[in-house]
This record gives sequence, structure tokens and C-alpha cells, in this order.
Amino acid sequence: MRRSSSTWPTRSLAVLAKDIKSELRTRYAVGAIVMFAAVTVVAVGFSLGGIALDTNLQAIMLWLSIYFASAAGLGQGFIKEEEAKTSLSLRIYAPSGAVYNGKLLFNLIILTGLGLLIVPLFALLIGLNVVSYSLFLTILTAGLIGLACTTTLIAAIVARAAVKGTLFTVLAFPIILPLLILAVKGTQKAMSAGARFSDGLGELQGLSSYSVVMLIAGMLLFDYVWND
Amino acid sequence: MHMIWKLLVFVLFIWVIVGAWLFEPPMMGVEGPEVYRIFYFHVPVALVTFFAYGLAMYNGLMYLNNRRLEYDSRSALAAALGTIFCALATLSGSVFAKFAWGSFWNWDPRETSIVVLLLVYLAYFALRSAVIDAERKAALSAVYSILGFISAVFTIFIWPRLTPGLHPGAPGDSSGRFISMSTTATIVFIPSLLAFIILFVWMYLLSVRINRLEQDRAERET
Amino acid sequence: MRLVIDRVSKSFRSRNVFRDISAEVRNGQVLGIIGPNGSGKSTLIKITASLMRASQGKVEFEIDGKIINGPDIRPYIGMVSPDLFLYDELTAFENAVFFARMSGLRLSDTRGLFDEFGLSGREHDLVRSYSSGMKQRLKLLIAAQRNPALMLLDEPSNNLDDAGKALVRKLIDGRQGITVMASNDKSEVQDAAVIIDLAHPLPGGSR
Repeated sequence: MRRSSSTWPTRSLAVLAKDIKSELRTRYAVGAIVMFAAVTVVAVGFSLGGIALDTNLQAIMLWLSIYFASAAGLGQGFIKEEEAKTSLSLRIYAPSGAVYNGKLLFNLIILTGLGLLIVPLFALLIGLNVVSYSLFLTILTAGLIGLACTTTLIAAIVARAAVKGTLFTVLAFPIILPLLILAVKGTQKAMSAGARFSDGLGELQGLSSYSVVMLIAGMLLFDYVWND
Repeated sequence: MHMIWKLLVFVLFIWVIVGAWLFEPPMMGVEGPEVYRIFYFHVPVALVTFFAYGLAMYNGLMYLNNRRLEYDSRSALAAALGTIFCALATLSGSVFAKFAWGSFWNWDPRETSIVVLLLVYLAYFALRSAVIDAERKAALSAVYSILGFISAVFTIFIWPRLTPGLHPGAPGDSSGRFISMSTTATIVFIPSLLAFIILFVWMYLLSVRINRLEQDRAERET
Repeated sequence: MRLVIDRVSKSFRSRNVFRDISAEVRNGQVLGIIGPNGSGKSTLIKITASLMRASQGKVEFEIDGKIINGPDIRPYIGMVSPDLFLYDELTAFENAVFFARMSGLRLSDTRGLFDEFGLSGREHDLVRSYSSGMKQRLKLLIAAQRNPALMLLDEPSNNLDDAGKALVRKLIDGRQGITVMASNDKSEVQDAAVIIDLAHPLPGGSR
């Protein structure tokens, strides 16, 4: 057999490239996420009707919007493979590690896009009184990375279920909750008077350790979800 | 289960019930110390909830390891019993919270972690009902139980550090300390914990047996 | 190189699909699977590819003195099956290149194949626009480009015209390694070294 030395970093990137190409042509995930992000933020803005939120509530609403918008799209990567029945071809021809990494990277990109969309929109329509920008952005980045790390495996689980419907939101919430709590706390600290970067170190530590644990758990457990 | 265990559970519970109401309350020097008597029941039940969840996850891991569906039903049974204990812990906790802290729900760190566990349990069963194929159901729910466990452990250890809690022993709590439990409290609490654990194990073994008998019957009928 | 199917049974809930199927083939041989619709041909192929678990028994693949079972068998497999789907929103060429990359193949190997499988001129069309026969040819191409040690063909002549059927013949004849082929058509597997006939269920077959 001819086998070139292409290893799984390149194969993971090939899965990512394939997903991006598909996504650009079908707008399967992006459409859902953009709609959800816009609708959530606008709905919050409207229901407030011009009442200024205090910073604690701003942080909570921001992360809830991020959570629900991401729930609309993050599951799609795997669900689409399962519904188009291409997952069988992937199982035969692609190493499972490459599939997992590719989907994880794809979710990271989607979430980056979501962050770039939802934060300015939120600031514009509802208001974000950030004091320490460095802390705010670091928490935001860490939170989004953590979201990708935790939800990729859950998306794989949901895709294998017979009834998918709202399962992603139900399964993801208890798993994401620690992450959301930490992200909200960290964001609140970045928006409190006289905030400095070092105020949020505890939250950053919590966020990154949770992400790492979930990332490792995902890599170890993915085969059980994927192969059966 | 052997007769000795059943007798032991009986004796332990009598002792706990008598001790819980007759001895001095577990926390002294707090406002309304009598309220704290619920501690003898609430805390063991909450601990059993975590134990049950650990057992569900253990059986899930066993399934992933040797692919025998029997472990999957054990996992589901442990989770089902755990859900009952979890609901009891949540209820008894919130009754206590009403009388000690003034409202049924305070988002105290430990209250939150039990709710996370309750959500994990409910999500676990939502997942089970969403998968038809028995083997796939077993594998997926085993994996999910591990994720749920990580999340629950994280909530128990991370959240309390970030928020001053109301629970006895948590930072920010000015009342009695968990550690400085009086000797009379210990001689009721430890037996109570034992009694609830044995009770849980008994219920668990019984349901495993019932489940096996039902399966045998189903097999004979086909 | 050896493929051993060892007393494999499959049942869905209480319905037995087949029971105690055994066969053994070696390098260069073809294993034929025949039987009417619903007799479990695709199921047996999927169990061989470890895409489905056998209720009892096991499938073992031996190559270079190593015994491989479970999902580890997949890197050695090329598969064509009605249950296998390609990416509709990608072109045929993009599909072929993607699956080639997944198998660790170089791109130069892929280009010539479109001629061979009669798809040249259409390689940059979306698979969505392909006819079912062309999709079948593309599946054959993707399986063939891997040059797999174990080729699993489930009704490979589905939707194919005469030229396409000749292509399947040529593919099987020109192969090294083991080929497993399931078909409704007995004449298609007449050259097979071993034939599993699922039409004759064992005593007590389906309950």
C-alpha cells in the first residue's frame, strides 16, 4: 500500500477545510447562529426598552446570549454528517482523531465569529461598561475556547441520538454551567469599578483548567461515541 | 442482602431518629439551633446522591470496558435511585434554607451544585429516551455520565471558592463550623450516614435483581 | 493476508437476521455474499467493516502477521455501499481529494482516476448534480484510490450501465488483496472462491 507520511495534524486540517468549504456553500451553521445572536440581543434590547442594565446583569445577559446562539449552531457539524449520512464514509476513510479535531477547530472558528458579532451588537444595543478591556477580552476568549472544548463531544453524542430536536441544549447546559458561571464572574470583574487584569486570574485559571479537562475527556471518549 | 445488614439498617435508623430529636442540636450558638436538626438527614442524603452518581458512572465505565448491557441497566438504575435522593436532598435543603436563611432558594454554592447534579441526572435520562438502539444508548449515556461527573465535581469545588456561601463551613459563613461539630452530633451523624448508604445499597441491589428477573422472563417469553 | 468470519450472528431485538455465519478467504480471493432482499447481506458487510457490532461471533483480519479486529480494520478498507454517502455540496474532485487526504494519499494519484472511471469532464461538478450511476462510479473511484487490502462491495453494480459493470469487473479482477462482494445477482459472484448464501437460513432461523 502507498501511504505518504501525512499525519493527523494535516488530516485534522483537511476535515476543517472540508467543513469550511461545505459551510460556505450551505450556510448550515452560520445562518442559524447569526439569526439566534441577532434575535437574542435584539429581544433583550427591546424588552429592556431603554432601561440601563447594571454591569452584573450585562455580564449575565451577554453570556446567556452567547450560550443560546452557540447552541443553535455548534451541534450542526456532527448532525449534518449524520443526516446527510456522510458519517459512514468518514468512519471508513477518516481517522476518528482527525474528525474530532477538525470539528473542534470548526466550532472554534464559528465561536470566534459569534464573539465578533455578538459583542459589538450587545455593546451597541444594550451597553457593555467594560473597565478592564484586557481582562474582558481574555475572559471572552477563554470562555469561547472552553465552550468549543465542551460542546464538541456533546454535539457528537446528540448526532448519534435518534431524536435530536432540543437535545443539544438539554445535554449541554449542565456541562457548560461551571464554564458559564466562571465566565460571568470574570466578565463582571472586568466591568466593575477600578478593575485590573489581575482581578480575574482565579476565573481564568478555572476556565482554562475546565477547558483542558474537557478537551482531554473529549479526546479520550470520542471513539466510544463515534464508533458505535 | 444478608439479614444482618437489614437489622443493622433498622437499628441505625431508630438510633438516628431518636438521637436527632432528643440530643442537643448539632450547631450551637446559632440563631434557631433547632432548625439545624435537619442536618442529620439532609447531609447524608446529599452525600448518597453523589455516591449514587459515582456508581452510575462506574457502571458506565464498566460497560465501555466490556460491553455487557447488564452494566448499562445497572448504571441507569443507580442514576434513577440517585435522582430520588437528589430530589430529597434538594427539597430538605430548601426547607432548611427557608427557616435558617429566610428563603427557599439562595443560590448558595452547595445548593447550586446539587441542582447541577439534578440537571445532569435529568439530561442523562433525556438522552436515554432519545436513543433507540440499546448498545448505542449504553455507550452514549456512559460517556455523558462521565462528562456530568466532571461538571458536578467542578461546580462543587470551583463555585464555593468564588462566592461566599451560607452553608455551614463555607467561607463567609459566620455561624457554627462544620468541623467543630460536637461529639453528640457525630454520634448521630455518622450512624445516619451509614444507615442511608446501606439503605441505598439495599435499594440498588433489589432493583438490580428485579431488573434481572424481568429480563429473564422477557427472554423466556420470546 | 486472511479474512476470517467466525460464527457471526446478528439479531435486531428479537429478530434473527442470520446465525452462525463462517467463512475464510485469503489474499487474491473473492468472498461472495448472496441472498434475497432483507437476508442481511449489507448487515454482514457492515459487521465486517466494524460499522456494526455482531450479536455473536467475530470478524478477524490478518495482514503481515498482525491480527486486526474492531474499528482498527477500517484503515485497510475500501467500501462501496448504498448506505455510504458522499458530500453533495462538494465537487466530485473535492470529494476524491478529501478522502484521499484522509487515507494519507498524495494528490497526483487521484487525478488520473477520473479518466479511468469515466468521469472526466465532470470532475468539477457538484456531486448534487450527479446522476445515481455517476455517484456510484465516484464511490468506486474513492474506494479504489485507496488501493485497500480489503475491498467491501455491497451491490457495486447498482445503477450502473454496461460500461460501469465492466468497470466493476475490471476493478475486482485487477485487484490484489481480498474482495468481499454482496449481490442479488448470482452470476456476479460466480468467480468467488467462497460463497455465503444467506438465502438458506439455519434451522430456527427467524423467529
